[in-house]
Amino acid sequence: MEAFAWLGRRVLDWVEVLGRGTVFLARVLAGLPGAAARVRDLVRQIGRVGAESMVLILVSGLFVGMVLGLQGYNMLVRFGAEESLGLAVALALVRELGPVVSALLYAGRAGSALAAEIGLMKTTEQLAAMGMMAVDPLHRVVAPRFLAGIIAVPLLAAMFSAVGVLGGQFVGVGLLGVDDGAFWSQMQAGVDLRDDIANGIVKSVVFGVVVTWISLFQGHDAVPTSEGVSRATTRSVVWSSLAVFGLDFVLTSLMFND
Amino acid sequence: MTRDRKIEAAVGLFVVIGLAALLMLAVRVGNLTLQTDYGSYRVTARFENIGGLKVRAPVSMSGIRIGQVVGLGFDPETYEAIATLEIDGRFARVPADSSASIFTAGLLGEQYVSISPGVDEEFLAAGDEIGLTQSAMILERLIGRFLFDKASAGDGD
Amino acid sequence: MPGGAGPLVLVEGLSFQRGSRTVFDSLDISMAKGEITAVLGPSGVGKTTLLKLIGGELRPDRGRVVVGGDEVHRLSRSRLYAMRRRMGVLFQAGALFTDLDVFDNVAFPLREHTRLSEELIRNIVLLKLEAVGLRNARHLWPRELSGGMARRVALARAIALDPEIVLYDEPLAGQDPISAGMLVALMRQLNDSLGLTSIVVTHDVEEIAGIADTMHVLSGGRCIASGPPEEIRGSAEPSVRQFIQGLPDGPVPFHFPGPPIAEDLLGMAAGGPAAAARA
Repeated sequence: MEAFAWLGRRVLDWVEVLGRGTVFLARVLAGLPGAAARVRDLVRQIGRVGAESMVLILVSGLFVGMVLGLQGYNMLVRFGAEESLGLAVALALVRELGPVVSALLYAGRAGSALAAEIGLMKTTEQLAAMGMMAVDPLHRVVAPRFLAGIIAVPLLAAMFSAVGVLGGQFVGVGLLGVDDGAFWSQMQAGVDLRDDIANGIVKSVVFGVVVTWISLFQGHDAVPTSEGVSRATTRSVVWSSLAVFGLDFVLTSLMFND
Repeated sequence: MTRDRKIEAAVGLFVVIGLAALLMLAVRVGNLTLQTDYGSYRVTARFENIGGLKVRAPVSMSGIRIGQVVGLGFDPETYEAIATLEIDGRFARVPADSSASIFTAGLLGEQYVSISPGVDEEFLAAGDEIGLTQSAMILERLIGRFLFDKASAGDGD
Repeated sequence: MPGGAGPLVLVEGLSFQRGSRTVFDSLDISMAKGEITAVLGPSGVGKTTLLKLIGGELRPDRGRVVVGGDEVHRLSRSRLYAMRRRMGVLFQAGALFTDLDVFDNVAFPLREHTRLSEELIRNIVLLKLEAVGLRNARHLWPRELSGGMARRVALARAIALDPEIVLYDEPLAGQDPISAGMLVALMRQLNDSLGLTSIVVTHDVEEIAGIADTMHVLSGGRCIASGPPEEIRGSAEPSVRQFIQGLPDGPVPFHFPGPPIAEDLLGMAAGGPAAAARA
């Protein structure tokens, strides 16, 4: 009985958090036009969540692409199909690894920082002070960060995939001797602009929205103590990662099931 | 204000690199052609068996990609498969008596339609059908025939 | 009615619960226009909560708060924001925006709510900073300020839009005597020169008694004494005296309410069944 009661409470808590999160999102969305109009602030936020994550994304993408080149080659060469290496690397990156890994890296690098920042602003009463100055902090503080995340994540994912393809080419063509022409032509013949690339971008937009939403909400929902902020930061990364994997499965089955 | 300047420059760089990456994915990986669109026309070809041919498989002539498969259908009267091929407008001069075959790229690779040009002075136009076709090579059938031939050769001795 | 202009802020029958704890139980306070009203009480009595109720950030369970004739919790969001523009709030630690420097912090409400030219905003900000003595600290960042300076900047920000009411949340907590004295003098001076109405919640009795016109003492969710500082100080009421004189125990109990210690200690042996029943 105890266990059932506990489970019931947890589910109720969870539903309540989801409800609060949805209301939060609705109010932030209402603030987006205003956020888009504040170009200077928006640029600053894109700098913080996007530009500062760029090196991490580029380096990670390069390595992931190189590993894909190596592993893909070892696999394909058994079937004598190493000419298809470019296609294999590009599809893996554009459809899955680009959007997913860059969203995870973004959650760890920028999402956690957003949660901590908003949580601290709440703890130090900056958000309340803003509210008492008749400025809605969800519009003035949260919305620009949200918009910046939505803009930055697809660009980061694109960088990840592009650099990854170059990394795969470096290993496959440069080190393992796959023909350069075959590498690119197989890729171009097999990768579809709409089905693969556009869908990959759609994925990364969805991840950008969800990860940024979760991070900002966790910060805003934090218990205003140092422990509360630290918990919120952890939760933002945990929930973001779970959401990315879960949504990736759903989106993949919707997009690529033909 | 120098701090703001720096941030703006960094964001500018970020956006430029991001858009460059998107462009590279579209053009270099996804083969978005920025050349003039010459339009395209569709022809059909009947095959006894299309094997593993899929929609979007390439159509090539002399190894050059000239179009793609846009539809696969079935004729319930003749029990034949009908493949609809979309051929790029740049390749308008395909002789009307050309033949179409389904080949496999590599031993186990993707299947594609290859068109071998004929000698006719007339060219294929939209809605035409390619008369001469050769079906996909089915590996199992080849092996089966090979074994059968061997066996019957053994009988003849 | 001291001060004579009638109440600007009226709290009537206010009840508020946080979880299972009753913070206010039918609280009545009126605060007169043009005065400095101090709300006193020991830590944890809900003074900050009272300010949040007045500012419309929290919603009471019962009762009402009237500010300048408007019932705060009946206002629509936009009317509430309009009312808040007539209010300046000084938060406990200042609550300066850490990503803006001193100048931009003070300029923030002006930029948000007015369409003044940058030049005019600059003049107003410098005047407000001059009033709190920090005009030359305008290029500093909040992290570079001492606690007292941060509060003075926050005060300059709170009065940037020339509000009618300024709410102070524990302005003196954790301040050394010099900076506390400076803040108190500043509060009196701004109140009189700008024609403000000030509401101060604090537990620093001595400091605030020097400048307040009226004092209210809160205890147990009610207002147990109201009047001018001299009257409160001379009060014979035991719970008021305990607070004013800082006695460790008295009508405001030292112990958090609950069962007596004997039950807790001995109950482990004797009260076995009772404990089991509770679980």
